[in-house]
This record gives sequence, structure tokens and C-alpha cells, in this order.
Amino acid sequence: MKDERSGYRFTNGVFVESYGVAVGKKEGEGPLKDCFPLVFNDDRLGENSFEKAESRLQKEAMRLAFQRAHLNPVDLDVVLGGDLLNQCIATHYGVRDFEIPFLGLYGACSNMAESLLLASLFVDGGYARRAAAVTSSHFCTAERQFRFPLGYGSHRPPTAQWTATAAGTVFVGREQRKVRVTGGMIGKITDLGICDLNNMGAAMAPESG
Amino acid sequence: MTLSKKEYGEMAKKASPNTKFYLTLPKAFVIGGLICTLGQVFVNYYQSLNLGDTLSGTATSVTLIFLSALLTGLGLYSKLSKHGGAGTLVPITGFANAVVSPALEFKSEGMILGLAAKLFVISGPVIVYGMAAAWLYGLYYYFFG
Repeated sequence: MKDERSGYRFTNGVFVESYGVAVGKKEGEGPLKDCFPLVFNDDRLGENSFEKAESRLQKEAMRLAFQRAHLNPVDLDVVLGGDLLNQCIATHYGVRDFEIPFLGLYGACSNMAESLLLASLFVDGGYARRAAAVTSSHFCTAERQFRFPLGYGSHRPPTAQWTATAAGTVFVGREQRKVRVTGGMIGKITDLGICDLNNMGAAMAPESG
Repeated sequence: MTLSKKEYGEMAKKASPNTKFYLTLPKAFVIGGLICTLGQVFVNYYQSLNLGDTLSGTATSVTLIFLSALLTGLGLYSKLSKHGGAGTLVPITGFANAVVSPALEFKSEGMILGLAAKLFVISGPVIVYGMAAAWLYGLYYYFFG
């Protein structure tokens, strides 16, 4: 199902210069827990809404990425990012204070791949010295947006997915580092007719085929 | 590999784990049954206070609704319903939970456009179609009853 129209090779050298991750409690207890430098055990992160908490996760992930690479917001030419909420609200408030040119994306589950691909295109094409790809989700905000209130006693079938409470960012640039983005490919929409809201894995699997 | 929608649907169905009905059904039966038994305890108690049949029933409903709202507020009702399933959904306590949980959830969007506007987001359809069914039944009863 490969289509040459959508494949890209980044020949000028696009490298992962920095990254940052911030996650919630459940993620901090999971099999990948050792990969997460920043784990918040409070679902609200001390904020008064879950949406604000999601923005904070992004902010913390960005901050971590800046620290790791000893960079400042002025060193980034563009931020590409999004989340699952209406108008990508978590991302807007998450990256607002950094004052970096921003493009909001909505790819839902593909958002990290989408933002990384576009950030790499910016850098490889010479339109940005350095670009950030950022994505977040929060279990509690996603439940409210797409499903039921948290306190409602609904039942999950065994195929239901659990939205991660996490934010991640990757800075890509021209400075040579260990990890390089060599290429990318834009997927086509592949609809094999799965309509079950509680089986998104089956709905999305053909897309990555 | 090209799959038709039908073939893929069958594959997905085969790969999806089923609900363990041999666990969920008895749990729903027991927990739902316990809620109803609790209701009966209240009915007997109110009757012993000489409230009469109708008032005892009403007082029991009010008590169960209060308990469900309280448990929802404490974040316990969803934990109970994780095991109870339809056993916690069908009794009056489930309806109370369906009203209180959006109230708590949307409080952060304000008291009017949040809490009040979204209060019936789950229970609204039940009320709408419940009323419609009542009208239809009323009409039938009026003309043919």
C-alpha cells in the first residue's frame, strides 16, 4: 500500500536535538516508567481544571527539552503541535508563554508523527533553523470531550482504549546528533468500516499497514 | 494484502476479546439485587414509621437517590459500577448517578453554561423518550382504556 507521492527523504540532515516528556500517575507506574523523567501523581497538577493540567504537562515537557539542550525559546523558529481538545486548546495555552511562531495541528492519535514530519520538513527545507513538534493528551480531558463524565458508572468493553495522560516534545534542527530523521511518509485514510467507538485499535490498524 | 471490509470486520471480531459474561452477569445480579434489597429495607423501615405504602415508596426513592448522589460525589459510585454493570445502572441509583456526575464534571465550566446546561447530558434522552412514551400511553389509555 506504499505510495511514492507521500514519501520524503530528508537529505540535508535533520537531527533530534532535544526532547522532553511529562506524564501522569498511571503512565509513571507502567512498563515505560523508567523513560519518564517527570511524573505527576496529581491528575490536576495543582491546577483547577484538567484542561489546564494538560497545558501544564506540555509546558513542563517543553521546559525540559529547553533545559536538556541549553536552548531558549528564541532559538526555535516554529512550534508545530496539537492535542485532542476543541480548538487544540491545551496546546495553545501550553506553548503560549514561550512566544514562538506556532501552527496548531489536529491528527488525534497520529499527532506526534504528524508534527514531527512537518517539523522535519521545515528544517530540511531550510525554512526553520530549529523546529519543535509537541503533542499532549490527558485521560480526564479526553473522557469529557469524547465519552462520559468521570463519575458516571459506564462500563468499558475489553477493547476500549485508555487515553494517556502525557505530553511530549521533540526539537529537530541541523546540528549533528545521535538520532537523525531520515525520512517520512504521509498516510492515506484507510477505512475498513469499523464503527465501534470502543474499538479504535481495530479502526486505526489498517492506516498503519 | 488487500482486505475487504467484511473480511477485516471478521478479523477484528475474532481478535477482540469478549466481555467475560460468566463474571459480569453474576456480579450485576448480586450487586443490583443488593441495591434492591436495600430499597426493601428502607420501605419496611418507613412503613414501620406508619408512612403508608405510597409515601414509603417515595421516601425510599429519595433515600436511594441521596445515597447514590453522595457516593458519586465521593467518587465511589463509578468504582461500584465497575463491578455492578447494569446492576448499578438500571435501579434509580443509576439515574441519580447519571445526573450528578455531569454536574460535577462540568462545574469547572461555570454554574450556568457548565453545570446547569450540561446537567441532563446523559439523562436527557431518558427523560425525553420516557415522557414521549408516557404521552403515547396516556393517549391510548384515554381513547381505548
